[in-house]
Amino acid sequence: MSSAAPERSYVSPAPIAPRVRPRGAARWRTVLSRLFAGPLNIVVTLLSAAVLATLLWPTLRFLVWDAVWDGASRVDCLEEAVGRPIGACWPFIAARFDQFMYGFYPEFQRWRVNTVYWAGLLLLIPLLIPSAPFKRLNALGFFVVYPAFAYVMLVGGRFGLPFVETRVWGGMLITLVLTYVGIVASLPLAILLALGRRSNLPIISSMTIVFIEFWRGVPLITVLFFATYMLPFFLPGDWSIDALVRVLIGVTLFSAAYLAEVIRGGLQAIPRGQFEGAAALGLGYWKTMGLVVVPQALKHVIPGLVNSFIALFKDTTLVLIVSIFDLLGQIRSAFADPNWATPVTVLTGFAFAGIIYFVVSFAMSRYALFMERRLNTDIRL
Amino acid sequence: MTQIDTPPRNAPDSSGPAVEMIDVNKWYGQFHVLRDINLTIRRGERIVICGPSGGGKSTLIRCINRLEEWQTGRVIVGGVELTGDLKRIDEVRRDTGMVFQHFNLFPHLTVMQNCTLAPIWVRKMPKREAEEIARHYLARVQIPEQADKYPNQLSGGQQQRVAIARALCMNPRIMLFDEPTSALDPEMVKEVLDTMVSLAGDGMTMVVVSHEMGFARQVADRMILMDAGQIVEARPPAEFFENPRHERTKQFLAQILR
Repeated sequence: MSSAAPERSYVSPAPIAPRVRPRGAARWRTVLSRLFAGPLNIVVTLLSAAVLATLLWPTLRFLVWDAVWDGASRVDCLEEAVGRPIGACWPFIAARFDQFMYGFYPEFQRWRVNTVYWAGLLLLIPLLIPSAPFKRLNALGFFVVYPAFAYVMLVGGRFGLPFVETRVWGGMLITLVLTYVGIVASLPLAILLALGRRSNLPIISSMTIVFIEFWRGVPLITVLFFATYMLPFFLPGDWSIDALVRVLIGVTLFSAAYLAEVIRGGLQAIPRGQFEGAAALGLGYWKTMGLVVVPQALKHVIPGLVNSFIALFKDTTLVLIVSIFDLLGQIRSAFADPNWATPVTVLTGFAFAGIIYFVVSFAMSRYALFMERRLNTDIRL
Repeated sequence: MTQIDTPPRNAPDSSGPAVEMIDVNKWYGQFHVLRDINLTIRRGERIVICGPSGGGKSTLIRCINRLEEWQTGRVIVGGVELTGDLKRIDEVRRDTGMVFQHFNLFPHLTVMQNCTLAPIWVRKMPKREAEEIARHYLARVQIPEQADKYPNQLSGGQQQRVAIARALCMNPRIMLFDEPTSALDPEMVKEVLDTMVSLAGDGMTMVVVSHEMGFARQVADRMILMDAGQIVEARPPAEFFENPRHERTKQFLAQILR
């Protein structure tokens, strides 16, 4: 047909070759040739390089070249004592590292925390690798068995493990506990809230709306403050809940309200045909939601969910105001140590915190991107 | 495998009609979409409904598995009257397959998973058995090799055939087709119609909303013309096409059989 049909100007005379992305050296040649193509590009390239250099150079100098790598006390990190400009004072981090990881968890019991860390990693890593076997068992382990195991290990008081008050927990331990519980407990709750908000039953939908709007309307600081200082007044006299548990509940409900709205956005993107297709097969409400609608909705909102998870991971630092010291809180409290009082101590501490937070958040975001591509079944292959 | 093909099981009322609609009326706000619909569909009967758009064809067929609610009248499917009772609705839906204009396949599941989802979760069938049945029906609709692909990797015609297989996997007593070919490219219409013709050959009770008049002539036991929410004419295809009684039918046929 194409040979017989008269040629028209809006029909491309020859098929356009697919764009092939060059690899290796060829790719770099392409990039370089584009960076220096024409005077404007050259100017822009040079300017950007200059900006990068002025930012990167002092950072690297501070973190690496001018940094002090060994030392026993503040004297090793003092410009006057060493006789050269001083960057980061890493011995300060090394000296306080255990505290940053465990808070004031008793020294001889720290193996328990380590066991929990390693067990978590061992369960998490295969869970994140799509091709790893026993996914269902693995998920059960990580989401159901692990919390119970971690609780017993960390709190103790049974199986011959001495009881450790949550008051002495701190540092990375608190950050991880808050983040894990915040994510694992709030996601299912958020799914239910999102479904509830879209429910046809007026009582359920109005109750969830009130719940969501309440928790979204109140600042997290208020929630934490209320959970810590006000709640005990409302509970019956002999009823006491651990301070950390109260904070965990507050964080979970708070985060659930936010996640619920993210998920609701995903639910709204599911076409009506999907509900009808499922209904026509005889699937009831919960099966339709659980097997057809929610999996697709969650896939749509992965970027939003990860955004919230990262925010939660960093927001856990707010527990500082109710005297719970997470990683950042622990680092900040170490600034007061007279043994390490130097002009660079604060900068070093924040640099260390920044690196850890960045690495974890960046890893979450990259992994989410990977999953998003993997779960994308909309592409024709 | 042969037992899969035997038409609907020994229902307690296997002698009664497949579907009965009695004085059904439905309004969308002020708009009267279905007016006094009275229709009895025998077991094994194949009905093709045509008519101008907005005439209520889709609404009528969607009442049979209660994807649409109606305000007055009764609908009885396989001896079970559809009411607000969710249990009964699910019971009827289990035994009523539906094929949609836009396929409504589940894009996050493979073709195989699309076909086994309801047998496993609704019929509580073991996975292996469900997969065997799914393979059988995928072979019947001529796409056994696509089982592990995702719906969006298939052409429209293939997707619609998967949708038919998915419905058949529930071993339904009735199949409802809501404009199954109107979203397809012309060259894919035939493959879907062929599948439907072969299904009709097995004695399946079928209600089809379609404007494919060739198909209708070939398989229909009764043609129905719907306009303005009413059944205008309901007669065997020979009489319907050669000798329509109503003026409205003549007009409609003149328009589509140019």
